[in-house]
Amino acid sequence: MHDKDVKFLEEAFKKYYFDHFDLIHTPKNPEMREFGYQKFNSGMIRHISLKSDKELHLLLMKNIPADVYCSNARYSFPNLPMAEKDWQNADLIFDIDAKDLHLPCRQNHTIKKCTSCGKIGNSESCPQCNATKFETVSVLCNDCIAGAKKELDKLITILISDLGILRENITVYFSGNEGFHVHVTSVYENLDSKQRAELIDYLTFRGVTPETFGARTNFAKSVFPDLDDKGWLGRVSKAVFGAKSNKAKISKQIISEGYFPFKKKIESLQKELGAQIDPNVTIDVHRIFRLGGTINSKSGLTKMLCTDIAKFNPSSDACFIDESEVSVITDCPVSFRLKNKKFGPYNKEHLSVPKYAAVYMICKGCASIS
Amino acid sequence: MKLGTEEIAKYPFLAEAGNYLREKGFTLEQFGNDADLKPIIDLALSRIQTAADGKIFNSDFSIKNLDIEVFSFLVAVILLKQTNMNTLIKRFSLAEARRAEKFLEKDLINSHTNEELAIKIIKDLFSMNVTKSADYFVIPASDYLMHSVHFHEQEWKLVNRLVDDGKVFLSAHETVRLIRKELDNFIAKKIQSANIPSIPESFRKPIETLLILGKKFTVQIVETTERPPCIKHALEVLQKGENLPHSGRFMLATYLLNKGQTIEEIAPLFKNAPDYNEKITLYQLKHLAGNFGSGTKYACPSCEKLKSENLCFATPECANIINPLQFGRKKIPNA
Repeated sequence: MHDKDVKFLEEAFKKYYFDHFDLIHTPKNPEMREFGYQKFNSGMIRHISLKSDKELHLLLMKNIPADVYCSNARYSFPNLPMAEKDWQNADLIFDIDAKDLHLPCRQNHTIKKCTSCGKIGNSESCPQCNATKFETVSVLCNDCIAGAKKELDKLITILISDLGILRENITVYFSGNEGFHVHVTSVYENLDSKQRAELIDYLTFRGVTPETFGARTNFAKSVFPDLDDKGWLGRVSKAVFGAKSNKAKISKQIISEGYFPFKKKIESLQKELGAQIDPNVTIDVHRIFRLGGTINSKSGLTKMLCTDIAKFNPSSDACFIDESEVSVITDCPVSFRLKNKKFGPYNKEHLSVPKYAAVYMICKGCASIS
Repeated sequence: MKLGTEEIAKYPFLAEAGNYLREKGFTLEQFGNDADLKPIIDLALSRIQTAADGKIFNSDFSIKNLDIEVFSFLVAVILLKQTNMNTLIKRFSLAEARRAEKFLEKDLINSHTNEELAIKIIKDLFSMNVTKSADYFVIPASDYLMHSVHFHEQEWKLVNRLVDDGKVFLSAHETVRLIRKELDNFIAKKIQSANIPSIPESFRKPIETLLILGKKFTVQIVETTERPPCIKHALEVLQKGENLPHSGRFMLATYLLNKGQTIEEIAPLFKNAPDYNEKITLYQLKHLAGNFGSGTKYACPSCEKLKSENLCFATPECANIINPLQFGRKKIPNA
């Protein structure tokens, strides 16, 4: 990123941090957490220990980080190297990213950017330098956020009804880019990485066997679950039979088709019934995860607490940068909305836009201060 | 809870068994001098031999034999500790765990008093809280996960269990089966940590017999050079210059390091990655190889973990392996 863009973003971020200390808090037991941050064009600085909101706010003002992170784990000595930290436990965390949902709308708001020269385009090789390596950049989209909310709803339902987690112990944040982060405090905090992988398989409905859903060695004698059964049994039954009145007829049909088609049918429900979450985030018990209330440098939007998920609109509710006009040169071939205003598409245009839109496009790598 | 002789005979690995031996006034030296105690040594030997054959020792609960039952277990522990043969200890601890499992299951189902004892043993030894609800034994899902990860069969996955409101519903059989591995480890640890000052002469012969028996179980391992499909896939992704996720890179690097490849041999494989940075790659490889800090050398992730991370591309040749490092490995027993 160019120096002038870094300077501009740092100024905007500093103002946000100064004006919005009320949104940025250390989590419970801050003295047991590891904090870390990254400045623009720089590596990660981690193994930091902070004891209070005041120390955190001081760090923000002193360093003006691009991204701020905090461990979900609690340690006896959070500021020591990893092997000496003495891991105690870790909140459960979940990451739902709209990118992983691969919705059909995705191609309409995704752009390819050459990793060598930064040129934006859609061809197989870069029209400017012929390089063949690209990174993809995508902008906010209502359909993707709606899709992510659907996954969020599935996740929260299973956490509460199956795993017995209280709703008040589940905190949901907009990730600051294109998804949601879920933080959970519960009896599951002592689980290690392998045990969390098992929990992920439960939530994503992975690794199911037909026998769980009533298949017997003599398949003709199989007895399938009822719609009002608890947990996965009931959910699968609802998805397969639709209504109680259909059960007898559809059961007969399943039996006539045999074991393997039934197995396939159950496995095919994974995407529909399982919560689509990034397994790596939950499995990693030493991760430092974006801190709530801080800005995501991939977008300039805030990782914002969502109290009313249905009504939450990231393009306005997570956008806190001010509206003063800024001149930029932008090459953004897709349009996006922020604060109820449509921007783009732009083709190498010099223009004046509100600061929040300038920050968004510079963070996305498709604009520069002119 | 005060245990009766029958309970001690069923669960001779409990601390109560050692106390019982002392209460009865027996010492190790007596086994060297007293010919009447020879049947106990013989029974201990037969208990180990049965276990070595992969069978479960059948208990005799007629009243006169209960002491012999208890003491034969304790003598077996002493004999095994002296042989110090891991294969025999492992086979014995597993067989004894399976034997106790049968009793625990019966006790869970049978009368109220026995059910209480079984639940207490499970709680005290393995920190697993079991409660009864109608026909089910109910345990917290967090406890279930801590124990079920030792299993590789699909049926033990949480997703294949009835789970509601943070609880997992199991049969008596499943409840005790869940702790087999830990019971096995508990007994094995008991043998390994046994403190035996001196051995009576009468133990020499059975120990020699066991040393000969143990040698039968040593195996040769033959390995092919072919790589498992998950590793092949990761290499293909990198060759195409596509992005391999962090977890995939971790798998590839730890696999190759554990197969004995050097950092210098592995680093070039990542050159095609879209975000390749030589300095970072070398730093991370050195970290995985244990060249920094505490010197921890990272293990290759298990097949189960790779499945969760969408990195598993299993073929029929992967049957019965639980880690990519085992791919193509065959055990040939000594003739």
